[in-house]
Amino acid sequence: MSRLSEANLATAREIIGRYPRPKSALIPLLHLAQEQDGYVSDDAMEHLAELVGTTPAEVLGTCSFYEMFKRHRVGRYVINVCTNISCQLNGGEELLAEAEEILGIRAGGTTEDQMFTLEDVECIAACTEAPCLQVNYRYEHRVGNGDLKTLINDLRSGARTDIPPHGTLATIRQHIDPTRAAGIEPPETAGVPVWFSRRQPAEEDA
Amino acid sequence: MATNAYVPHAAGYVDNEGPKVVTARFTDPEGYLLPHSVASGGYSGLREALSRTPSEVAAEVKEAVLLGRGGAGFPAGIKWGFMPAVWPRYLVVNGDESEPGTYKDRLLMERDPHQLIEGCMIACYALGLNTCFLYVRGEMALAQERIAAALNDAYSHNYVGANVLGTDVSIDIVLTWGAGAYIVGEETALIESLEGNRGMPRLKPPYFPAAKGLYMKPTIVNNVETLSNLPWIIRHGSTAYKQFGSERSPGTRVVAVSGHVNRPGVYEIEQGVVTFRDLFYGENYCQGIRDGNDLKMFIPGGGSAPWFFPEQLDLPLEGGEIGPAGSMLGSGAIVAMDHTTDAVKACHRLVRFFARESCGKCSPCREGTSWEEKILERILAGHGRPADIDLLADVGSKISPSPYPTAAWEAEGLEAVPFPPRQTTICPLGPSSVAPITSALRRFRHEFEAKVANNASPDEAADASDSWGTEVVMGGQQ
Repeated sequence: MSRLSEANLATAREIIGRYPRPKSALIPLLHLAQEQDGYVSDDAMEHLAELVGTTPAEVLGTCSFYEMFKRHRVGRYVINVCTNISCQLNGGEELLAEAEEILGIRAGGTTEDQMFTLEDVECIAACTEAPCLQVNYRYEHRVGNGDLKTLINDLRSGARTDIPPHGTLATIRQHIDPTRAAGIEPPETAGVPVWFSRRQPAEEDA
Repeated sequence: MATNAYVPHAAGYVDNEGPKVVTARFTDPEGYLLPHSVASGGYSGLREALSRTPSEVAAEVKEAVLLGRGGAGFPAGIKWGFMPAVWPRYLVVNGDESEPGTYKDRLLMERDPHQLIEGCMIACYALGLNTCFLYVRGEMALAQERIAAALNDAYSHNYVGANVLGTDVSIDIVLTWGAGAYIVGEETALIESLEGNRGMPRLKPPYFPAAKGLYMKPTIVNNVETLSNLPWIIRHGSTAYKQFGSERSPGTRVVAVSGHVNRPGVYEIEQGVVTFRDLFYGENYCQGIRDGNDLKMFIPGGGSAPWFFPEQLDLPLEGGEIGPAGSMLGSGAIVAMDHTTDAVKACHRLVRFFARESCGKCSPCREGTSWEEKILERILAGHGRPADIDLLADVGSKISPSPYPTAAWEAEGLEAVPFPPRQTTICPLGPSSVAPITSALRRFRHEFEAKVANNASPDEAADASDSWGTEVVMGGQQ
């Protein structure tokens, strides 16, 4: 769809400033692009390439490696049902089948109204809470009888205001006040921290 | 006082008896906030560390024998010692928890981010470096949010950043995150990801990121739980730390016990003391197998670990004993499976995970794991051929030349082959796919045979599916 907006461009510049080399900011920037548009567009990737000083092909190379980056439109809510071992043992596959039934799509698909995308995912670190799922990477634990139906109805009706649309991860960003920063330097120029030289006599250096 | 019950706001965590090194604030619903942390001793370990020299702090950690909690179990103090006297150097925190069955780093990040930040600061100070990257798994939105908020508070209250606690020490911690790739848990893949690249493990040598890591500069990669131990160790000392656990494995571990148990949960336990039997059957722990069923097998340390069976129940959770018995403690992920479990199905699900997560860099893993998956798929679909069973083992042996580590089976006179395996790949992902296969085949070969018994003629079987059973549709993503 589009390049980064003015507001997101400012955020992007702040993020880039936190890394010793600009390209290190690429994954956070791809998330930013996905937050803006709901997916990562070709235009956004070109824009990111300009920002971090690499080629669009390199950006695509990174983007296409990671499962969370979508390069096409997905639903407003991405429902990730875990079917890995702990969830499988406790009904994860049945839960996925139920989701397919309710939504009328197979895992990997998106509903026609663009509300839901369903995915069959690997372990999401809630194994004691099996079977579990995530909606836009927010957890639902121990999803039992009828819970899924309620969840989908609530999402449809807009009752789940706690879950932002797909693309938004943390709703709080790290912000380093320049007066509070220790200072990030490129690896080529960064040296021994002054405090370390002062506090650690050289001969004891491990 | 311990309630020996679930804590409502920390899903799955059981507030148990026993020492609390890293989960002490889990019972406080707002334990993740700075004032709550500081009121219960938060950042006093950092204050103490800054009153000593960096090498004194490093020595304290080395003395505590803090074993890495990410999977390999290597002592953190010794790993730190691998760093040459070269700058700049970096600390990278591995919060990419995604090993099947593992659920503890997420809780540590969500429930006590300040403890982790304090641990990072202590490590940075001891290592003499001023840039730390805290890499959180992409799928963990709440953990990212809690850490971002905690870092913002810690910066504005002088616990992180320029002139920490009014001293000359200045250290930055940058929150960064991934985007969904299990392999990024491997330390060189994590570093590639942090350089903005595809998260593929680096060719070795150089063998240790401690010598050449991020930007080819010395880099220590430590797990979230490992670093979360540091504030306690510095506050109370390594001698007090070693009061907990066994001599070889001091301290506590946070383990997640899931699967077919009555009370699955996240428990902080003393290392090397508590046994698997205690965990599965103890009143304070999982309270038995569901419906009074028999235990068939269990995974002692995540999806990559060879399975254990009832005869290994009395082993303590101690790396020094579990390795020689043919498996690993890994990431503290314990999965119990009762007698109703289909061993072939469980094996397939784990293998499918590795096939999906293979990064594609080494051919034995890229090709081999998907072969394994397809063979298992067609056995499950009823199209398996008798020769498939040996084929499966053969493909595995190309990724991990035998003998593959496996638990002893005294009844058959089999000896345990100790962990870790040999491998034809750069990283352990490919060999990990062989763990469930060898485990299931060695103990439950009859289950595989029963599934292929009706397909005695290879030709008929080949006709029933196409030659590779590709009519079986593969799951959702790549």
